[in-house]
Amino acid sequence: MGADLHPAAAQPAVASVRQVSKRFPGVLALERVSLELYAGETHILLGENGAGKSTLVSLLAGMQQPDEGEIWLRGQAARLTSPRRARDLGIGVVYQQLLLVPSLTVLENLMLGGPWWRPLRRAAALERLERLSGLLGTQLDPQARVGALSLGEQQHVEIIRALWREETLLLLDEPTSMLTPQGVADLRRMLDGLKARGTALVLITHKLPEAFAFGDRISVLRQGRLAGGIEPARLAAMSDEERTNTVLELMFGGEVGASGGERARVIAERERVAGHALHQTRKRAADARPLLSVKGVSTSGNRGEMTLKAVTLELGAGEVLGIAGVDGNGQKHLAEVIAGQRPARAGQIEVAGVDVTRGRVPQRRRAGVRYVTDERLGEGTVGPLSVATNLVLKEIGAAPLWRHGITDWGRVHAQAREQIATHDIRTPSERTPVARLSGGNIQKVLLARELDAAARVVVLNKPTYGLDLKNQQLALERIVSAAARGLALIVISTELEELLEVSDRIAVLYQGRLAGIVDNGAEAERRIGLLMTGAAAA
Amino acid sequence: MSALFTHSFLIALIAGAVTAGVPLLLAGLGEQISEKAGVLNIGIEGMMLLGAYAGFVATYATGSFGLGFLSGGIGGALAALPVLVLCIRLGLNQIVIGIAVTVGMQGLTALLHYFEFSREYPRLPAAPVWVLPGLGQIPVLGKALFSHNALVYASVALVGLLIWVFRETNIGLDLEAAGQKPAALDAAGVDVLRTRGAAVLATGFLSGLGGAYLSIVGAGIFVPFMTGGAGYIGIVLAMLARGRPIWVLLGAMLFGMSLALTTALQLAGIDVPTDVVQMLPFVVVMVVLAAVARHSMLPPALGLPYARGER
Amino acid sequence: MTREELTEPDAGSAVSSGAVHRPALRALLAAVLRVLAPIALALIVGGLALELLGKDPLAYYGFVLERGLLRFGGLEETVTRMAPLLLIASGLIVAFRAGLWNLGSDGQFLLAAVTAAALAPALSGALPRALVLLIALLAGALVGALWSLLPALLKARFGLNEIITTLMMSFLGVSLSNVLIKLVLRDPSTTVPQTQSLPVEERLPRLFHTTVHSGLLIALVAVIGVHFVMTRTAFGLRLQVLGANRDAAVHAGLEVGRLIVAAFTVSAALIGLGGAVEVLGVWGTVRADWNPAYGSLVVPLVFLARLNGYAVIALTLFFSALMTGGESAARRVGVPQHYVLVLVALVLLFLALIEYLDRRRPARAQTVMGSLA
Repeated sequence: MGADLHPAAAQPAVASVRQVSKRFPGVLALERVSLELYAGETHILLGENGAGKSTLVSLLAGMQQPDEGEIWLRGQAARLTSPRRARDLGIGVVYQQLLLVPSLTVLENLMLGGPWWRPLRRAAALERLERLSGLLGTQLDPQARVGALSLGEQQHVEIIRALWREETLLLLDEPTSMLTPQGVADLRRMLDGLKARGTALVLITHKLPEAFAFGDRISVLRQGRLAGGIEPARLAAMSDEERTNTVLELMFGGEVGASGGERARVIAERERVAGHALHQTRKRAADARPLLSVKGVSTSGNRGEMTLKAVTLELGAGEVLGIAGVDGNGQKHLAEVIAGQRPARAGQIEVAGVDVTRGRVPQRRRAGVRYVTDERLGEGTVGPLSVATNLVLKEIGAAPLWRHGITDWGRVHAQAREQIATHDIRTPSERTPVARLSGGNIQKVLLARELDAAARVVVLNKPTYGLDLKNQQLALERIVSAAARGLALIVISTELEELLEVSDRIAVLYQGRLAGIVDNGAEAERRIGLLMTGAAAA
Repeated sequence: MSALFTHSFLIALIAGAVTAGVPLLLAGLGEQISEKAGVLNIGIEGMMLLGAYAGFVATYATGSFGLGFLSGGIGGALAALPVLVLCIRLGLNQIVIGIAVTVGMQGLTALLHYFEFSREYPRLPAAPVWVLPGLGQIPVLGKALFSHNALVYASVALVGLLIWVFRETNIGLDLEAAGQKPAALDAAGVDVLRTRGAAVLATGFLSGLGGAYLSIVGAGIFVPFMTGGAGYIGIVLAMLARGRPIWVLLGAMLFGMSLALTTALQLAGIDVPTDVVQMLPFVVVMVVLAAVARHSMLPPALGLPYARGER
Repeated sequence: MTREELTEPDAGSAVSSGAVHRPALRALLAAVLRVLAPIALALIVGGLALELLGKDPLAYYGFVLERGLLRFGGLEETVTRMAPLLLIASGLIVAFRAGLWNLGSDGQFLLAAVTAAALAPALSGALPRALVLLIALLAGALVGALWSLLPALLKARFGLNEIITTLMMSFLGVSLSNVLIKLVLRDPSTTVPQTQSLPVEERLPRLFHTTVHSGLLIALVAVIGVHFVMTRTAFGLRLQVLGANRDAAVHAGLEVGRLIVAAFTVSAALIGLGGAVEVLGVWGTVRADWNPAYGSLVVPLVFLARLNGYAVIALTLFFSALMTGGESAARRVGVPQHYVLVLVALVLLFLALIEYLDRRRPARAQTVMGSLA
C-alpha cells in the first residue's frame, strides 16, 4: 500500500487548505475545511455525492474562489483566481469528465493554452510529450485525433497535460470511474511513479478498495465538513477491514451526524418489515413464464459508445434483476433497447411471450414496458413544462386525458395533483415548471410516471444517482414495493451495495457482453467482483 | 458557342467574378472565424451594410480609399459589438440578436444615408487598380485576374494567412477549442469569452471590409440594402467550407462567377434574365447540402453560450 | 415569463416562484409589462436618435399615431396590412414552438403569392368567384408548404441545420418568383413585368363598407386556431416538447422526424396562405422584384409576443400602424420609413436584455429566448 513511501511528517506541506468555506445558493458546499497536502504522498478524498469533494477540487483548480479561508502553496497564501493562475502555481488537474478537444490531435491538445500571439512550437512540445510518456510508461501517437482514442488513452493525455509544466500538485477527480480494470492498473502504476518523483497527489473517489490501494492518507468529507481522516502511519498499520470500518464510520458515522445514522436505521427498519433480506422474500416460481426475455440482443451505436453484443436474459414477475458493471459497459444501450428507444441490430425481445422487437417506445409502453432514465433533466423531463405535463409526457394524445386530440387540462391537472399527493412530490403546484424542483423530487416525478398501474416491466438506470440519502432510500423502497406488486424490474447501478440490497439476481455487463448472472447471496459480492474485472464467467 | 469564348467575354466573366466574389470571400472568412469559435453570427449582413456605408462616407469625405477600407472594417466591428456584449458576455440567443443587428443596420444605414445625402446617390471616382508587374501583362488573365484593387490581392493573401493561423498558431487552437469544447479551453487557462469576443470582432471587421469593397470598389455608390443577402451567402460559404479557408475562396469564386455571368453574357450578346443565373449558386448549394448532409458541418458548441461549470 | 406560463391555460397562478400564489391579474400585468417595456424603451432610444438627426421625435410619433391609427383611412390601411403579417406570424409560431428556425418565410410567401396571382386570373372566367379564391388560397398554402419540404426533410433525416437551408430556399424562392413573373407569367399588356391582374371585383370580398378585405378574417382565425392547437391539443403539446427538449421527445417515443416535417409544413403553409391573401385581397397581381421582406419584421414581432397568439394580434396592430404612419411620415415629416426597422431592432435588443435580467432572478426556468437556442 505504499506505506514505506510516505515522507517524514516534518516536511512542510506543498499545499494547505485553511478553514475554507464555499457557499452556493441554498447550499453550504464546504464549511471550514482544512487539509495538508504533502510531496510524494497520495491524499485520498472520500465522501458521498454532494459531500464537497468536487467543490474542493474546483477551488484548488482556480475554477472557483473560496468565500472564506485561504489556500497556501509552499508556505505562502495564494489567490487562485483562474485556472491559468492555478497552473502557473504548479497545480495540475484531471477532471472527472475529460476536457480534451476531440477534433484536435494529442499534441495540439497538449499545446492548448499557450500565449495567443505565439506560433505553435511543435518540436519542443513533441520532445516534452515523449519525455512525459516515457516517465508515465505510456505510448501515444502525437498526431492521433483525440476523439479516436479510447477513454483510457484520453485520460493519459489528460494526465500528461496536467504535468505539462512540471506541476508539483496533481488533482484527480474520480479518475477511475470510466476505466477498465486494466486501465485502473495502468493508472496506479503511473501515479506510483509520480509519487516516487515527489509529486503531491490528490485523488477523489468513492470506492473504498481503490482508496486503500492508491492512498497514503485519507480524508473524509461529509456534508461539506471534514469528518476526519487517517494518517499515513495509522493507515499502513490497519487491515482492510479496520480501514473500511473507520471510513464508513466517518462517512456516515454514528455520533457525528444524523443522516448516516438515519440510513442505517432505515435499512434496519426495512429489513425488519420485509423479514430480513428483502430479495429473498420474493422468490419467483420456477415454472412461471418469464415476463421479459431478451434473446441474443445486439445494438449498434456511435463511435465511442459501448454497444451490446448478444445479450440474453430472462426476468419473471416480482423479480428484481440488478445490472452491475463499470459505467460505459453497455448499460445505457441495454436500458434503451428494452425501452424501445434504440433498435436492436440482432436478437429478439419478448414481453409476456409476445415479440415486441420491432415496436418502438409507444408499442413497448402499451406492452407495459417502462424506463426510468438516469438523465432526468437531459431526456427524462422537459424542464420548462409543468410537473403535470411531465407526468403525462409519455401518454400525450391518449384517452381519457385527450379526446380527439384535444387536451382535457382539468383532468391532467387533477390527475397530477393526485400523483403529487400519493408520491409525496414536493412542488408549489402541479403547474410549476419541473426544472424548479429538486433532484429528488424530479426523480419522484419519473417514478410516479413509470411505476404506474399498467407497468409490467420496468428498467431503472441509476435510480439513486445524485440523490441525497433520504431520497436514495425512498427510490430503493419504491423498487422493492413495485416488485412486491408483481412487476419485473431491472435495476442498473454502479453502486454494488445498493444492488445487493434490492436484487434477487445480479448480472454483470462487461464490454457490452453479459459476463454472467449471480444469485444474490453470501458469495455474490466476490463473484460479481470477479465478473466485473472481466475474469472468467461465474 | 465560340462567340462565348472571346477575350472580352472571358475578361468580363473572370474580372466580374473577382469583383463580385471578394465581398463574399471576406464575409465568408469572417463568418468562418466566428463559427470556428462556436458563434453563429447571423448578423454579418448588417455588419457588411454598416461597413459599406462607413467606407463610402469616409472615402467620399477624404478621397482616400485606404481610409475608406479602414472605416468600413471599423464600422463592421462596431456593428458586431451587440453580438459581443449580448451573446458572448450575457449569453443571449445568437440568432435573435443576429437578426436584430441585420434589421437595425438596414434601417440605420438607410436612415443615415437619407439624412446625409437626401435622395441623391453621389458616385466615387474609380478605385485605383494595381496591375501586378509581369503577371498583369499576360493576355486575358492579366486583365482578368491581375489588374485589381489592392484589397483584392490582400483578400486572397488573407486566405493563406488564415490557413496558417488556423493550423500553426495558438489562436487557431484556441478558436477550434472554443467551438468544439469550450470547457477544455477554459481548463487550459484561456478565457473562452475573450476568445469568442475577439473572433466576433474579427468577423465584424472582415465583413465590414467586404461591405466597404462592395460600395467603394464594386459599385462606387452607396445604396440602402445594397448587400442584398451577401452576408447570408457568406454564412453559407463558411458552413460549407467546414473550417477550411480555401473552400471559402472557391465558393466565393463560384458565387462571384454566377453573379458576373449575366453581365458577361450580355456583353456576348446573349440576354439571360439575371434571376435565372442568380439562382444557380443557390441550387448548387442546396444540392451540395443535400448530398453531404450526413456529415456534421458545424462545431458542437455552435450557438451555445458558455458559462463555466454549466457544461 | 416562461414559455410554460403562457402556453398552458390558467397558468397565471404558477408565476410565483415560491409557494406564495400571486393573483392571476398581477401575473397578466407583469406579462403585459414585459411586452410593453421593450417597446417603450425602443421608442425612447429611437426618439433620441431622431433628436440627434435633427427631427422632432414627438412630432414624428404624433404624426405616425394620427395617420396609422386615428384617421379612418389610415386605420383601414393598417388593419388591411395586418392580414399577411398575422398569417406569417401564426406560421412562425408553429415552427418556433417546435424549436425550428424557419427563416425562409420570404421565399415561401412570395412563391405562394405568385402561385395565387397566376391561378386566380386564369380560372376567374371558368369558375365561380368563391371557388376561384378558395383554389388560389389553397394552392398558395400548398406551394408554401412544398417550398419548406426540402429543409424539413434534411432536418428530420440528417439533422441538417435548418437556419441555413431555409435561408437558401428563401433566396431561391425569391429569384424563382421573379423568373416566373418575367419569363412565364408576364402579362404582355404591361410595361413593367407583372402577372395578369385579377379584377378588383374578383378579389377577396371587402368587409362591410371599408377597404379592408376578408383575408383579415382568415388571418385572425389562423392565429387564434394556432394558439388553440398549441395550448390545447396533443399535437401542439408534442411540438412544444420537441421544441423544449428534443432528447425528451425521443425518450417519450414521439416520432421526431414526422413532427419536424409536420411543423415545417404547417408553418410554411400558413406563411404561403399569407402570400395568397395579400395578392387576392390587395394587389391582384405580383410585380417583378416585389419583395416586402415581411420576415425580418415578423420574426422579431413573434418573439416579442413570446409566441403567444393573442399578443401577436396586438403587436401586429402596433407594427402595422407604425408602418402605415411611417410611410406617410416619410413624405410629410422627412423621416424615411426605414426608421421602423431601427425601432424593430431596438425592440429586439431590449427584449433580449429584459429576458436576461428576468433570467438572472433565482429559481427561474428557461425563457423563450433561452429555450429556442
